[in-house]
Amino acid sequence: MTFHEKANVMDPEAIDKALMRISHEILEKNRDIKNLAIIGIRNRGEYLARRIAENINKIKRARVPVGVLDITLYRDDLTEVAEQPRLRETEIDFDVSVKNIVLVDDVLYTGRTIRCALDEIIDFGRPLSIQLAVLIDRGHRELPIRADYVGKNIPTSQREVIEVRLKECDGADEVIIGEIDGR
Amino acid sequence: MAKNNTIWNKKDLLGLEELSREEIEVILSTAGSFKEVSTRKVKKVPTLRGKTVVSIFCEPSTRTRLSFELAAKRLSADTVGITSSTSSAVKGETLKDTAKNIEAMNVDVVILRHTTPGAPHLLAKTLEPSVINAGDGAHEHPTQGLLDIFTMKEKKGKVKGLKVSIIGDIAHSRVARSNIWGLKKLGADVTICGPSTLMPVEIEKMGVSVTNSLDEAIEDADVLNVLRIQLERQKKGLFPSIREYINLFGINRQRLKHAKKDILIMHPGPINRGIELTHDVADGPYSVILEQVTNGIAVRMAILFLVTGGKI
Repeated sequence: MTFHEKANVMDPEAIDKALMRISHEILEKNRDIKNLAIIGIRNRGEYLARRIAENINKIKRARVPVGVLDITLYRDDLTEVAEQPRLRETEIDFDVSVKNIVLVDDVLYTGRTIRCALDEIIDFGRPLSIQLAVLIDRGHRELPIRADYVGKNIPTSQREVIEVRLKECDGADEVIIGEIDGR
Repeated sequence: MAKNNTIWNKKDLLGLEELSREEIEVILSTAGSFKEVSTRKVKKVPTLRGKTVVSIFCEPSTRTRLSFELAAKRLSADTVGITSSTSSAVKGETLKDTAKNIEAMNVDVVILRHTTPGAPHLLAKTLEPSVINAGDGAHEHPTQGLLDIFTMKEKKGKVKGLKVSIIGDIAHSRVARSNIWGLKKLGADVTICGPSTLMPVEIEKMGVSVTNSLDEAIEDADVLNVLRIQLERQKKGLFPSIREYINLFGINRQRLKHAKKDILIMHPGPINRGIELTHDVADGPYSVILEQVTNGIAVRMAILFLVTGGKI
């Protein structure tokens, strides 16, 4: 199984611009940011959540709380995956009830990750609302879930793979479409 | 999705002897993540929903049994417990038959505490469900060993190079054996200390230093893991009197005068207060005994998660 890159669909500038646009859209929809909180889904959603929060903090001179969600324990395929996903901590140190929560992830695909994340957040309390922001929406939903904020829509085939790479963990900002041969 | 480089692929947890350093580290890091779950308002995650966990306890237990039960419940598993006194063991059913019957009820995990060393190993070989050893005779008590090591690592930041002294009745102690296996694999220096009659022969082959002097064991130690004097196993007169044991091996404030300022006092419980530990030490500033209990749930959640999730 080898991964071969087909196209680079977002460069650092495109990613920055998309995140800035999402930040503005979040502010447009949530005029009162007093109750706003941002929660990123590990791993890359966390970094994107922090960048969006930073944008909002700059624009509004505010301090929006940021949380991190590890959805491993809520997965519906835990006994089917060949390897154990590495479990990491969920860090939400604010009360999620009476908050408008923006959930952030890198790629929206089947919607199952988001389903896990919704369940987990709701176990923490009863938020006023939960909105969804993703950098890439690649289609192929298996659940009735949609994003409120999308950085870029990229129609894909199911054979293709979208790789979001971020400075914080991959050394560079880029989005790659590739294909895994021999699958 | 981030994957473990070291894949946990064991069906059972029988002892620390058969685990590699990497496997122990996977358990410890997984337990670290589970600790947070017990601090939530809703102390429950759906990970093991639909799984059934049966615990068979053929020896008395408060902590271990409750801790396993809470760990399984916080992962949303269904749990049932039986004890030997109320089971068909009283009617003469063999352990293997009991277990085969339990397997026939389609359970996923069997947790076993038994007086006979190796009983969990026998079940693991014959049963399809995962088997977790919750203490087999004087052999191993892997989850206690792991939670002790987890607590040391949490408090001291590392295990490698840590000087750990295990004090008391080593011969009868499954806790001591699991600690020694685990600590040695992670690179700690282990000293064991107790009356010669309670020291197994050739124990130094496990790579530990042996002493009969408590002062020597306390000096330089980062951690004292104080074992319970198992009064129920002391009928053979292995030491002359309890009073003599207290004088030679009981830990009190006086004894700790020359200890390191940040020494940790650990005990697997239940404590014989006034024998192996005085009140002021058991409840004193160095004691992390209750934190061990808190960590026990996280460690057991991690183990239930790993033995059930790793299967395809």
